[in-house]
Amino acid sequence: MAMIAAEAEPTYLDNENTIASWLLTKDHKRIALMFLASITAFFFVGGFAATLIRLHLATPNGLLQPSMYNRMFTMHGVIMVWFFLIPSIPTTLGNFLIPLMIGAHDLAFPRINLMSWYVFNLSGLVLLYALIMGGVDTGWTFYTPYSTSFSNGYVFAAALAVFVNGFSSIMTGLNFVVTIHRLRAPGMTWDRLPLFIWGIYSVSIVMLLATPVLAMDTLLLAVERFVGTGMFDPLRGGDPLLWQHMFWFYSHPAVYIMILPAMGLVSELIACYARRPIFGYSGMTIAMMAIAILSFFVWAHHMFVAGISIYSAILFSLTTFFVAVPSAIKVFNWTVSLHKGAIIFDAPMLYALGFVLLFTIGGVTGLMLATLGVDVPVHDTYFVIAHFHYIMVGATVSAFFGGVHFWWPKMTGRHYPEAWARFAAILAFAGFNLTFFPQYILGNLGMPRRYYTYPAEWQSWNLLSSAGASILAVAYALPLFYLGWSLFYGKRADPNPWRATGLEWLTPSPPPKDNFEHTPTVLIGPYSYDPESDRYTTQDGVSHA
Amino acid sequence: MPSATIRPETQYATLHQQGEAAQLGMWVFLATETLFFGALIFTYYLYRISYPEAIAHASEDTVLWCGSVNLALLLTSSLTMVLAINAAAQGRRGAAMALLLATIVLGFCFLGVKGYEYAADYSDKVVPAVNFTLKPGEPPASELFWIYYFVATGLHAIHVTTGLGLLLYVFWRLRQRRVTAAYYAPIEVVGLYWSFVDTVWIFLFPTIYLAGRL
Repeated sequence: MAMIAAEAEPTYLDNENTIASWLLTKDHKRIALMFLASITAFFFVGGFAATLIRLHLATPNGLLQPSMYNRMFTMHGVIMVWFFLIPSIPTTLGNFLIPLMIGAHDLAFPRINLMSWYVFNLSGLVLLYALIMGGVDTGWTFYTPYSTSFSNGYVFAAALAVFVNGFSSIMTGLNFVVTIHRLRAPGMTWDRLPLFIWGIYSVSIVMLLATPVLAMDTLLLAVERFVGTGMFDPLRGGDPLLWQHMFWFYSHPAVYIMILPAMGLVSELIACYARRPIFGYSGMTIAMMAIAILSFFVWAHHMFVAGISIYSAILFSLTTFFVAVPSAIKVFNWTVSLHKGAIIFDAPMLYALGFVLLFTIGGVTGLMLATLGVDVPVHDTYFVIAHFHYIMVGATVSAFFGGVHFWWPKMTGRHYPEAWARFAAILAFAGFNLTFFPQYILGNLGMPRRYYTYPAEWQSWNLLSSAGASILAVAYALPLFYLGWSLFYGKRADPNPWRATGLEWLTPSPPPKDNFEHTPTVLIGPYSYDPESDRYTTQDGVSHA
Repeated sequence: MPSATIRPETQYATLHQQGEAAQLGMWVFLATETLFFGALIFTYYLYRISYPEAIAHASEDTVLWCGSVNLALLLTSSLTMVLAINAAAQGRRGAAMALLLATIVLGFCFLGVKGYEYAADYSDKVVPAVNFTLKPGEPPASELFWIYYFVATGLHAIHVTTGLGLLLYVFWRLRQRRVTAAYYAPIEVVGLYWSFVDTVWIFLFPTIYLAGRL
């Protein structure tokens, strides 16, 4: 009888299917899919720029004009940072899963959620305008006074795009914070929240407190560029370093905006596929909040060679070292969580394990960069490029792909093809390391970032990196095909295909419009997996074989 | 009972829960606004410390009476705002509407004075990049003060305008009996926003008008 009732209720996908029902939807699940479509499009635009960069750098003489090369790495950076990485996990999986995981029927402010999507796309259009009209050549950091007084690109439009994009970030973050505070199901106490929710909560706080500072910074830049004021112009008494301080006050936390939701997400995957409770749940939550708070006190480590005082450089070096402590706690806890687990090497788990490894490499090299003595020679070299790609791409994008696969049956009601997915995950890991590990070596040899040419003796490492990039491109494009295929031909998924413990698995796949027929009551914390008996208990307290 | 027509949205169990979420949402939003204006005031202090004389010199050219009258107008409007919330909470609809109207009028007066002041600034040739001439003996860095002045007061004026729009919206909802003693969260939330706009002016006032006069 229960089965029949569940089938009778239309899912959120086939509830109503006019174009208006999608464009005016207030359903967080539909908005999540709309965000997924938007950021996927931007991912491939940004990826196209990356492809050109790597093709260009395959030989010392290159194939692009220097000015075109500058425009390509700028667009790659701007699109990947603001239009893919920052919104990636929160706006898609976060949007889809927060209400489902905490047992709510929607986010707190559904209309603001929809508006966030429109504002996001509006900012994207402004950016595409800048790209088509002739691009920007300042690098994604828009350093003054080059960007304000000398650059001949469309800096104003790009700055405006980043400014407007911030509103989308703030709306999403605000919605998440209020939802997590106010709409948890009965029994869903803070210490029973899945770690993904903790990741989203901590990242929302960083988004809310960091984004406004970037907004003010880009606003001042746009005014200076448009009207010709001299806020950052040293000739008129302005201070170009002021731009850098305010930019990194946002943009360093932005790195944690990318990594924190990934950390939460991977915790879900590791617990489920190791069939074991996460080791040190409270340590994990404290570590995430500690990273969120510390992220506001490390920004000037991007400016060690910019001419800041040596005393403040020492201070910022020290605070950067502090971030290593909660980060290491997390890596140790994930590792210990695997111990004596009954590990299943499905595609999401492969992505999760890749995440832990690549995050560790990226994190340790980050510590090297935090050391003042080491930073001076490798600053602005490919060592830095390799370091942040290990964190942003190796870790965050792996987690994102892992999450999309893991919750794919919940979002679409269909299984993805497991063999293809495992193949893509392994290919991505191999391609990623082949692309970016040589860049550590290049950076150590002294190859500066953003140069369109290099001495001939560095070609073999650059060629290796470009070859890896082609593998990575295939690995990132593959899911587009097999996930698209699965939408029509994939095996139908039951409510809980992975035998996981979260509330989102109690409702049908795909869920009905209002998520739950009755608001669930939570009796226990997440991750009640038992590897010995192979039993698990969902958060409503029901034990399953 | 008119209040029976107000129902919580699907994601809320009760109107009380919905009102609490709205309030928290506004507080969180105001936290982001604090960082937004905070960053701007930070740039002010950077240049105030770098060029104390230039900033003080430029500040003396601001129209003190305009800023002071506007301070009085906004502070008074905050009083009428909280009294309006109080009246709405007690179900005194007529009083709430009258007090809200007073708040709206005071807000428009603020914008009027501000507009007059901008015109005075223009004829005083202190608008950077548009109409700017250094006065004899004035250090060039004083232009930085005027950038801050126009960005800060311009953004503040946008916030006042937004606030007036919200106030008119709440006024209309009161008229429609969609804000009642049982559910007055909308007027309370708009009141929070209005108080914030007022508070920003309290911070801008000394940095703009008093820097060169103390």
